[in-house]
Amino acid sequence: MSERIPVVEKILSANDRLADENRARIEAAGVFSINVMASPGAGKTSLIERTVCALSPKYRIGMINGDILTSLDAERAAAAGAVAIQINTGGDCHLDAVMLQPALDQIGLENLDLLIVENVGNLICPAEFRLGTHKNVIVASIPEGDDKPHKYPAMYRGADVLILNKIDLLPYVTFRMDFFSQGVAALNPGLTQFDLSCRTGEGLDAWYGWLEARLSGEKVPDA
Amino acid sequence: MHELAITESILEIAVRHAQAQNATKITDLYIVLGQWSSVIDDSVQFYWDMISDGTIAKGATLHFERIQTELTCLDCGKVYQPDSASLLCPNCQGTRLKVTRGEEFRLDSIEIES
Repeated sequence: MSERIPVVEKILSANDRLADENRARIEAAGVFSINVMASPGAGKTSLIERTVCALSPKYRIGMINGDILTSLDAERAAAAGAVAIQINTGGDCHLDAVMLQPALDQIGLENLDLLIVENVGNLICPAEFRLGTHKNVIVASIPEGDDKPHKYPAMYRGADVLILNKIDLLPYVTFRMDFFSQGVAALNPGLTQFDLSCRTGEGLDAWYGWLEARLSGEKVPDA
Repeated sequence: MHELAITESILEIAVRHAQAQNATKITDLYIVLGQWSSVIDDSVQFYWDMISDGTIAKGATLHFERIQTELTCLDCGKVYQPDSASLLCPNCQGTRLKVTRGEEFRLDSIEIES
């Protein structure tokens, strides 16, 4: 006998369940965590390097780096003062909640205040795979062009914070800030945004301030 | 390249629901796939043929219902499908939008034999 039965289940629900488990572990250790996503070359590692250098005198920082190959990015974060673990995805285009688990086992959450996960450089799918981190941070950069929110809506839909990096290049690149901002506003109204340059250091203090407010346990509006 | 994980998830969900009905075979799966869900159905089909082998879902047909992204302008009420150049409302250039369709990604139903 043949019959059609309703299922109506989100296909990524298994990943979502594991992400919830990861979140519970991170919370139990009293750690604040971010998932940094961007296209290759937007400046994820530079932002993390800067952030680790600035905050490691006051906070214990761990960094989990997802990359297709090599541990170059983890080495940069370690040199800046973080406990760093590398996950080589071996070709997979994003991190998911399962891949994060062994890294969480190794990194020693109980000895951390801040956990930074650097996702694989990719603007297409990482936001679809929740990791269990508290906030999704997307890094955009001026030379990528102003049309990225319009072209990669899912990533911008899933972001909690937007970093616009390389603003020191604005005089040299055609970048219509209003067109970029319109795309962001359409996809994610009220998204918290920091315009900065990891090269010159301009604008970084506001970003550090945002992070520190969460690390100190202040009651801040969700953003 | 994330379709393998997705396909494994589809198989797990389908088999779990089928076994709950004491099914002996899954013949069809009905998947709803929004345009913004970053999944390529051809790749899912490719992996499906490999990983369903040896399960009660072996040989089952995947049916994809593709849903085009649909935005609703909160200023003028226009309902439209964004083009590749811009998301903004084509009627009033508004940016206060609601995504009304296109982010779906679920297994809707399965056809089983018992």
